[in-house]
Amino acid sequence: MADLSQTPGGQRRLPVPRWLKKTAGTVLTVAVTLLGLLFVTFMIGRVMPIDPVLAVIGERATQAQYNEVFRELGLDKPLIAQFAIYVNDVLHGDFGTSIRTGQQVSEDIARVFPATLELATLGTLIGVFIGVPLGVLAAVFRGRWIDQLARLVGLVGYSMPIFWLGLVGLLIFYGILGWVAGPGRLGVFYQGLVPTRTGLLLVDSLIAGDWTVFKDAFSHIILPASLLGYFSLAYISRMTRSFMLEQLNSEYITTARVKGLSEWTVIWRHAFRNIRIQLITVIALAYANLLEGSVLTEIIFAWPGIGQYITTSLLANDMNSVLGGTVVIGTIFVALNIFSDLLYRFFDPRAK
Amino acid sequence: MTSLLDVENLRVTFPTRSGSFEAVRGISFSLGRERLGIVGESGSGKSMTGRAILKLIRKPGIVTADRMQMGGTDLLTASEREMRRIRGRHASMIMQDPKFSLNPVMTVGSQITEALLTHEKLSRAEARKRAVAMLDAVAIRDPERVMSLYPHEVSGGMGQRIMIAMMLIPNPEILIADEPTSALDVSVQLQVLEIMDKLVTDRGMGLIFISHDLNLVSNFCDRILIMYAGRIVEVCQAGKLHEAKHPYTIGLLNSVPDLEHPRPRLDALQRDPAWREAPSVSALT
Amino acid sequence: MSDTSLRAWLLADAPASRAQARAAAWYAGWLKLRGNTLAMAGLVVLVLLILAALLAPLLATQDPFVQDLGARLKPPGWEGHIFGTDSLGRDIWSRIVYGARISLYIVALVALVAPLLGLIIGTVAGYMGGIIDVALMRFTDIFLAFPRLILALAFVAALGAGIENAVLAISLTAWPPYARIARAETLTIRNSDFIHAIKLQGAGPLRIITRHVWPLCISSLVIRVTLDMAGIILTAAGLGFLGLGAQPPSPEWGAMVSEGRKYILDYWWVATIPGLAIFTISLAFNLLGDGLRDVLDPKEAGQ
Repeated sequence: MADLSQTPGGQRRLPVPRWLKKTAGTVLTVAVTLLGLLFVTFMIGRVMPIDPVLAVIGERATQAQYNEVFRELGLDKPLIAQFAIYVNDVLHGDFGTSIRTGQQVSEDIARVFPATLELATLGTLIGVFIGVPLGVLAAVFRGRWIDQLARLVGLVGYSMPIFWLGLVGLLIFYGILGWVAGPGRLGVFYQGLVPTRTGLLLVDSLIAGDWTVFKDAFSHIILPASLLGYFSLAYISRMTRSFMLEQLNSEYITTARVKGLSEWTVIWRHAFRNIRIQLITVIALAYANLLEGSVLTEIIFAWPGIGQYITTSLLANDMNSVLGGTVVIGTIFVALNIFSDLLYRFFDPRAK
Repeated sequence: MTSLLDVENLRVTFPTRSGSFEAVRGISFSLGRERLGIVGESGSGKSMTGRAILKLIRKPGIVTADRMQMGGTDLLTASEREMRRIRGRHASMIMQDPKFSLNPVMTVGSQITEALLTHEKLSRAEARKRAVAMLDAVAIRDPERVMSLYPHEVSGGMGQRIMIAMMLIPNPEILIADEPTSALDVSVQLQVLEIMDKLVTDRGMGLIFISHDLNLVSNFCDRILIMYAGRIVEVCQAGKLHEAKHPYTIGLLNSVPDLEHPRPRLDALQRDPAWREAPSVSALT
Repeated sequence: MSDTSLRAWLLADAPASRAQARAAAWYAGWLKLRGNTLAMAGLVVLVLLILAALLAPLLATQDPFVQDLGARLKPPGWEGHIFGTDSLGRDIWSRIVYGARISLYIVALVALVAPLLGLIIGTVAGYMGGIIDVALMRFTDIFLAFPRLILALAFVAALGAGIENAVLAISLTAWPPYARIARAETLTIRNSDFIHAIKLQGAGPLRIITRHVWPLCISSLVIRVTLDMAGIILTAAGLGFLGLGAQPPSPEWGAMVSEGRKYILDYWWVATIPGLAIFTISLAFNLLGDGLRDVLDPKEAGQ
């Protein structure tokens, strides 16, 4: 009797409601979180010591002009109404105009974002392809030299100021050794040679079949991407190690060994399979962190991405751009969190 | 009776910060095509004995013995590679709780066929057919459906029957059952034991049944080793348990209520430090 | 001889008083920590850092603000400049030593403000429960969802650049994990018998939270803060590097790296040495934090 009560067949009596409830819960959480995110940026914008009206019309405008813009911006309305207007604008993709570039902030972000995306993606790929095997090996050979190495890599990664490592990297690999190209995304001679399709230079040059551009773009991106990759590697390998240790100590691993399976099969088919979903969560988080970590890296490498955009705008007191960029990155954070949460729900047999 | 397994002077040692700790302290026994029970309280070294036979003691634990022979193989000198051929194929083990001993993210079917495919060259379809037949043999209804379930979708009793199927499918000669029913509901304990007992007897296997429950063991085994503090204190034929002489064995027997001879008060076990130091009794045949 | 008897008193198997038991637990932890070479190395570095900050006027070979344009960008070892000079001819060693004060100041302030914020929000949420709990925790989650450095940037942009604002910005982004810890602790404490007893004596929520719940949350918060110190240093240095933390001519290490950035290819030491200082200190914090976690939280320990 007990055998049947826990099978999927037993659950078929109430199939939709539970699923629907969960989804509705998720949607609500996302909505509240995003609204909160907007509220925080909105409030930051309000406490700014900069007068938004003056920022639009300049110092020499008349009082009449001032009042008109004041009303136009909705500043005469109560705070809650202003917030509603702000939310409505953002939902329509309108973050206002950038004072610095004179363009719509949304257009600016659409232009600079692919550069950051390309950098963070390559960085994460490097972090995953080195960090995961390193973490697995560290767990399997716990206490041996590879474990010590992973620990060292992690400690140094957690302690290193990223902007400084970038500078030293430039000094060594560009200045002294000359192995890679210097700051920027592309050498001057290669600018505009391939049509922009995805905005990712490596992909665009491949589509165009232009190898010289690809090589130049690669030579520019490899150093900053490796640095970012190192930071996500430190995090990913540490988490992989601790997940694997937990699994390798479980009883089903003994079962697998009792069956006479090879150690390789025990590790990868049994233990590793159990950490895959946890690992994807970690990787999603590492990816989100790299999008953020790229702020400092982009400054060092003069990389025209969203991090540089936010910082430059900030120093120019261009608040619309700063808040727009913050909202975009915050939204990606939330999206990645939800994504990994959903992965758990759908791919872990235990969660069904 | 031909011997399937001979163990002489087996020791399992764990180095600790304050010297080393001996979990098993020089025991000797042999196993024929019989059902051998090992009984003792927690920490008596009974589980360690089971794992030491398969050389599955985790580092930093160390296994030493004067002799450890399984069939034609000397387990002491066997390489890890040879051990892998022995595990599953010649000797298997069933562990306490199927909730933890089955891989949570693999289907029942793939876990069973994996055990088979490790030791025999078969097509997947053939392996699947054998697995279904094996599930049927452990009294699982609708085995085709169970094949595609995940371990959390089956009950404890069913999980343990799946475990038995998985461990017996490569046809080993020796089965070590380490507290196979302790984590199960009382209502299914007997059922699982009977299935295991039947399969072991039908196939003429040797069974090592590790438990803390002396009465249970005496019902299912031919011969019983009583372990205390890493040593064997007494060896008994199951039918002659009432002739047991060691005070520990008698204490174990008296600490369980008996319907036929009710006593006003159950005895609490009094432990004599001298038992710890007495030499291990040999259970070689 | 009193030395050995103190040791014996601390290592006694059966402590005679509560004070002795507590002292013995601390001593056992200290012995374990002392056995961890790396953690001790971290501790030594941090003690040296604090000494350097305290004794900065004695250790500095020159005034950290005095410019000497005739001695710009001189290499380490040049005429008594241990670490060389920067683009304005200031002695880098002296600036590093004085910079230790700024780093410690920032870390100390953040380590006070952020956990305190988290403690208040977490305990109130945990103790009050119901709608207050839900609202406060949602609020916490929203802050957790934000990318921290970017949020800190936005805060600094709104508040204006400067050390105090940097501290405030980092604290405003760092409190949510502490709130979660404090809430979890509060939930376990809330239903214990001694809280019920105090309630029966007529204690109000404020008194219970501040006098009885807070003291019990402190230890887990302290562990977490130690582990977070390195992150605080790196964030502060990052803000300084972006020109949003301490303002020139203050010898903040991140700002010093930023100043030396232009010269990195020809005069490597100007940016490299302050960066090494940041790295050393945050490594020391990480090593000590790891060691402390091994001592205080064996479940999470690496071994």
